[in-house]
Amino acid sequence: MNRLLLLALLAGLGVLPLALGANPYLLNALIVTGILTIGAMSLNLLLGFTGQLSLGHIAFFGIGAYVSALTSLGFDVDLGFGLRVVHEPWPAAVGLLLATVAAGGCGYLIGRLSFRVRGAYFVIVTISFAEVVRLVALNWVELTQGPLALTNIPAITLGLPGLGMWTLKTKLQNYYLVLAVGTLCYGVIARLIGGRFGRAMRGLKENESLALSVGINATRTLTVVAVISAAMAGAAGSLYAHYLRIIDPDVFLFATTVTMVIMVVAGGKGTLIGPVVGGLLFGLLPVALRPVMAPEAQWIVYGLVLIVILFVMPRGIVPGLSALLGRRQAQSVPALEANPAVQR
Amino acid sequence: MSAILSVEHVGVRFGGLVAIADLHFDVHAGEIVSLIGPNGAGKTTAFNVMTGFLKPSQGDVRFRGTSLRDRPPHAITRLGLARTFQRTSVFPDDTVFDNVMIGLHQMGAASGRVPFLDALLGRSGAGERQLRVRAEALLDWVGLAARAYEKAGGLAYGEQRLVGVALALATEPAMLLLDEPVSGMNASETRVFVRLIRQIRERGITILLVEHDMPMVMEVSDRIVVLNYGRLIAEGPPDRIRTDPAVIEAYLGQGSAARQAAAAVQEAAHA
Repeated sequence: MNRLLLLALLAGLGVLPLALGANPYLLNALIVTGILTIGAMSLNLLLGFTGQLSLGHIAFFGIGAYVSALTSLGFDVDLGFGLRVVHEPWPAAVGLLLATVAAGGCGYLIGRLSFRVRGAYFVIVTISFAEVVRLVALNWVELTQGPLALTNIPAITLGLPGLGMWTLKTKLQNYYLVLAVGTLCYGVIARLIGGRFGRAMRGLKENESLALSVGINATRTLTVVAVISAAMAGAAGSLYAHYLRIIDPDVFLFATTVTMVIMVVAGGKGTLIGPVVGGLLFGLLPVALRPVMAPEAQWIVYGLVLIVILFVMPRGIVPGLSALLGRRQAQSVPALEANPAVQR
Repeated sequence: MSAILSVEHVGVRFGGLVAIADLHFDVHAGEIVSLIGPNGAGKTTAFNVMTGFLKPSQGDVRFRGTSLRDRPPHAITRLGLARTFQRTSVFPDDTVFDNVMIGLHQMGAASGRVPFLDALLGRSGAGERQLRVRAEALLDWVGLAARAYEKAGGLAYGEQRLVGVALALATEPAMLLLDEPVSGMNASETRVFVRLIRQIRERGITILLVEHDMPMVMEVSDRIVVLNYGRLIAEGPPDRIRTDPAVIEAYLGQGSAARQAAAAVQEAAHA
């Protein structure tokens, strides 16, 4: 039944742009929301399933954006000591791939560095990392143009030689690209948490000593999660760069990380669909509010909505709703039948 | 009889405090050995050293001839030395069944060395079914089949202990360390647990246990090792330990307040 619901949601998102008609404003909001939702999903993998809060998650997103942009734009940088690196532009699709790999690599470094200490230390390491990367993007003007921003980033071209190529220039095309990447990420996360690896993650989160004592390798498990999480954020960043076609160091803004955290926590951390629900809600809330109030007032409502959600459903929307549904079911079905152990 | 576990002159210091000093004893394959001593004697510290949760300041622990020095806990478990914990012995938010599935972690490793790739490629299908069968069998064996789909954190204390044992057994150990397994259990639960310990031994698993429940220790142990203030003060079969003056002194204290109180009570009873 759960699977059906998911397919319905996917189908709904698939036909949504057709239902909306050619409304570029709404389509733009949907695309940016979709990209941020992918970021939130990747954050949830760390925060929800292993309990590690990455408050610098935007770093991986931004690294993905810059790597992808620079790969497809090319650059010519003097490293000093007579070393000069020249890079000719490559296709944007290669940029997407490299962005994923580069962000994953950074995830590996951060994971290795900080999972020896965990918890608060991980939070601090990730914040500092994001800030350092932002300063590099801001000040290494020769490579990144600094505050002048990287402009004219090409759109992603997809296709197979012989079959034809499509350059994803329109909003509609980008919408479906984001939807496809989001679905892929969702599938990867679902696969990961469903099996043995997911159980290792849950074990570490619930009772680390006990998990170690049954032979689970904490450092390796957490590092793998950090790599996958960072790689997904990097892919989202790449989509962002090739969609907006201009990026500046503001992609590293701390507020964006906070937005992702809010999406995860409000939707329900540690659930598969939670970040998607939270992402759609908080991504599209400004769209719904825009006709009725000023931007400043929107922020107040934004905060109020979050507080109300967490007050009514402290574990987030998805766990809250499923608990509500479960209670209703338990009332209609005799308790004995709800217990599979007794059934047998 | 060969030693499966040798604690070789292990010492642990926390700053200036000596938690364990020159602890030295062997456990032989197939034995049930108890480690006893008053509160703070260093029993749990010794356990933590044996299972890699704590590095000894000196000495070494050997398990089946392999040095455990510098091995992290998960690596020691993979050598076949499993343990339970004194307080938190379950993954509280998962069902009892899923607890055991988590415990079967290394059993799944047989199918491939890279669990996350297995997960992505869906290679774990057949192995998963086998694991589920195993988990059910294990729960049946420890007597928790009826609780399989309840949250482990919601179980009664004694039952959580059983989950802890099931988790440790899921790693297919050659030796099992039990940290105060019957504390907080009532008399009938303890009886059931003693039977379980014997059954575990019959499966060829060596057992070392830390316990405060003296009647239980005397009943179940082949041999007892007594610690006080981090030092080994006696070692031998239950009958000898029961009458050992050093042990009696450690527990009651010579001329201690406890002994005077006991004498006072006796006098009062006579009067």
